[in-house]
Amino acid sequence: MIVSLTINGEPKTATIGGFESLLRVLRDDLGLLGSKNACEQGECGSCSVVLDGEVVCACLVMAADCEGSDVTTVEAYGTGDDLHPFQQAMLDEHGVQCGFCTPGIVVTGIRLLEENPTPTEDEIREALSGNICRCTGYGGILRAFDRLAKEGTE
Amino acid sequence: MTTRTKPRVRGGIGEDVVRPDGIPKLTGNFAFASDLVADGMLWAATLRSPHAHAVIVSLDTTPALAIPGVRAVITQDDVPGHPLFGQEKADQPVLCDGVARYWGEPVAVVAADDPETARRGVEAIAIEWEPLAPVSDPEAAENSDHIFRRINVRRGDLGAKGEVVVEGYYEIGTQDQAPLGTEAGLAIPDGEGGIDLWVTSQWVHIDHGQIVRCLDLPDHMVRCHPAGIGGAFGAREDMSMHVHISLLALITRRPIKMVYDRSESFVGHVKRHSARMWYRHEATPEGRLVRVTAKVILDGGAYMHTSAAVTGNAAFFAVGPYVCDNVELDVVSVKTNNPPAGAMRGFGVVQTCFGAESQMDRLAQELDMEPLALRRLNALEAGQPFSTTGQIIEGAFPTTAIIDALESFPLPPPLESDDPVHLPGGTGLTTPRSAVVRGIGYALSAKNLAFSEGFDDYAEARVVLTPVGAEVHTAAMEVGQGLVTLLQQIARTVLGTGHVAVVWDDTSQIGSAGSTSASRQTQMTGGAVHAAAVALRDKVLDDHGADELREDGAYRDGERVATLEEICASGPVDHWIRFRHPETEEPDENGQGNLHPGYALAGHRAVVDVDPELGLVRVVQIDTAQDVGKVLNPKALMGQVEGGILQGVGLATMEELVIDKGIIRNPTFTDYLLPTSLDAPHVNAVFIEEGDHWGPFGAKGAGEPPTISSTPAVAAAIRQATGKALTRVPILPQDITGT
Repeated sequence: MIVSLTINGEPKTATIGGFESLLRVLRDDLGLLGSKNACEQGECGSCSVVLDGEVVCACLVMAADCEGSDVTTVEAYGTGDDLHPFQQAMLDEHGVQCGFCTPGIVVTGIRLLEENPTPTEDEIREALSGNICRCTGYGGILRAFDRLAKEGTE
Repeated sequence: MTTRTKPRVRGGIGEDVVRPDGIPKLTGNFAFASDLVADGMLWAATLRSPHAHAVIVSLDTTPALAIPGVRAVITQDDVPGHPLFGQEKADQPVLCDGVARYWGEPVAVVAADDPETARRGVEAIAIEWEPLAPVSDPEAAENSDHIFRRINVRRGDLGAKGEVVVEGYYEIGTQDQAPLGTEAGLAIPDGEGGIDLWVTSQWVHIDHGQIVRCLDLPDHMVRCHPAGIGGAFGAREDMSMHVHISLLALITRRPIKMVYDRSESFVGHVKRHSARMWYRHEATPEGRLVRVTAKVILDGGAYMHTSAAVTGNAAFFAVGPYVCDNVELDVVSVKTNNPPAGAMRGFGVVQTCFGAESQMDRLAQELDMEPLALRRLNALEAGQPFSTTGQIIEGAFPTTAIIDALESFPLPPPLESDDPVHLPGGTGLTTPRSAVVRGIGYALSAKNLAFSEGFDDYAEARVVLTPVGAEVHTAAMEVGQGLVTLLQQIARTVLGTGHVAVVWDDTSQIGSAGSTSASRQTQMTGGAVHAAAVALRDKVLDDHGADELREDGAYRDGERVATLEEICASGPVDHWIRFRHPETEEPDENGQGNLHPGYALAGHRAVVDVDPELGLVRVVQIDTAQDVGKVLNPKALMGQVEGGILQGVGLATMEELVIDKGIIRNPTFTDYLLPTSLDAPHVNAVFIEEGDHWGPFGAKGAGEPPTISSTPAVAAAIRQATGKALTRVPILPQDITGT
């Protein structure tokens, strides 16, 4: 079975057996290793991607259901020389430690800011509540949003 | 007289330097062990015991080998060298040796063309078990003399009595490190009978020694490479798949990759020891501790791993940072058929700190004293004998300063919101604000830094000056804690150059850095890099008659006398070092002696909101004071503190592996709860900077203290809100409601 979809703005096709998750196809077939597999149950958000405008756990989405879909992964945002402002703020505020949750946090955080450029702390915490971070205690991640908000008002 | 201002190096100590691996991690380009691939690689999967204790009646791997795409299957019979591995004692078979001693013990490993085929191979293995009764009760194990280590601390006058006596029994459930990255690895055969190995680890050299022994290979034929690690917290201190995939790579002559899934990860690494603790504290009517008596049983599970060292820590830190001259402690770790226990952040101290601090609160209540007033009265300080070991405390030990800082934090405002986000239970539950009671609790902790009890603890590092800057070579594991940044900062500060790269050497290129555990790498590998950089700098200055090294060369009286190119004219200048901390000794038969190279203290104040009717808890705020010696990177330090605290909050309120007759009932992220962004309290921190007697710039390790006393502080706060004894963590809703 062949699935055609758009990933990070580029048309892609993947040949699948039928039961693979979107995460499996992204990582093992398309070589997009940024999305991480930490629980494969939709509990931790390490595999968060934007699927047709919604943040989803790619581990819970059947690749076969993605025909014609538009998928954005962490690889779409920023490069080493040109980070997205949220990535830069995460770097500056030490919102990254081991980094395994980080791609999911980046995807969720940027999508939140696209939908709501000035989120309150409660809105940020709610939006991130599906992305587990075991290292930082979330402080550095929350301060990354604070930093962006301050930069935005300057 | 003129004064010169020395140019300050960019990115030295004390600055909020960002992680050099931050950008690859933020853009999805950082290679974790689970992301590694090699041409022609096979995937491996593991058959595990479905019983906590059982004998293998028959085992036949031929049905698996008959599946197209299955390339090899290994069992214990295939292990060419020593059949056992283990960090403190080789007692665990590489693969099940005919008797499974815990649920999930590896039995056979299949290599196949893809992960699905490997898993089908595992399912096809024909195995017949005869279940045996598991020993799952640690007290029964102790009665049967199934002991890993017993420590009896006897100090002072054991006839001493206090007029005020409080007794308590406490329990701590099994906590899992739950690092986000599961165990993963890649083994590549080198074509000459050897192996290059990348596996999630905290100490590649201790892995290496065990691997070559089990494979019966000379040292140089196995090279363990530091891999990208998705968190550790102790989970990676003992080996997982290391020998399995190495052996399969040797047999198939192809690269072997394996990644545990989350459920497998829960049985694929050691966990925090659950504990049962009986305590008696005796004091004068004024509140001075006269005597502490305790018995502690730690459940070590089926194999030893690091249980002996954990037992030592539980025993020697069973009183806390308090003066007490008469101490009688019986601390034991036992062997059961429960999943093996080992290292987790806090390493034995978490357990007895919960018991001891709960007792201090009970004593304060009995004496009608404020919790911090009792602690202040008994505060132990530098220069005094440590209450359990009698060791005279060297280095900073600022107990009173920690208490002062805790008292100076303002309290958060009262709960004024009806938004369920701010209420216990959150949006999914139904606590009204009127039902909420606020509680405040305190706890202090002392923890040893680096390896203790006479262990020959060292870290090797090499610092190299090149025409473009400096390189730091080490095999110390960066698991997310930020060592990579600190090593750069230390080298920059000493060498005066901003261009410092950290190079991760494999086990054939450099000696051991010791484990990334025991809060030791800042002082140990940091100390090694500092000492190597100082020696290197002094040599360069001597050679060129200079008095200062800067980014662009060596200077004398402010004038450049040699560029870096000139300094390195005959090649890079390097200095290799093996750094050791102050020598320690083994405890005598009474647990006495100079056992610990140093200590770090922490104190926590927890503020909680509780709905006593529904048993729901929200941790509102944690205020902490921590004894860190010297702040090397403020934001990185805060990250360690906040992250450590949240693991302590998790243990206090939600995290427990439910183990029933040896079987883990909740090995998933759906059922083993971890704190989310909605559970994370606001954290305020004060850092006490009294330089320690060893380590770079007086800095102390900072990773473990946040996790240790945060748990008893939260428990104390919930007790204050509810009036309940709450002697077991995690404190679950039913513990509060009594239903």
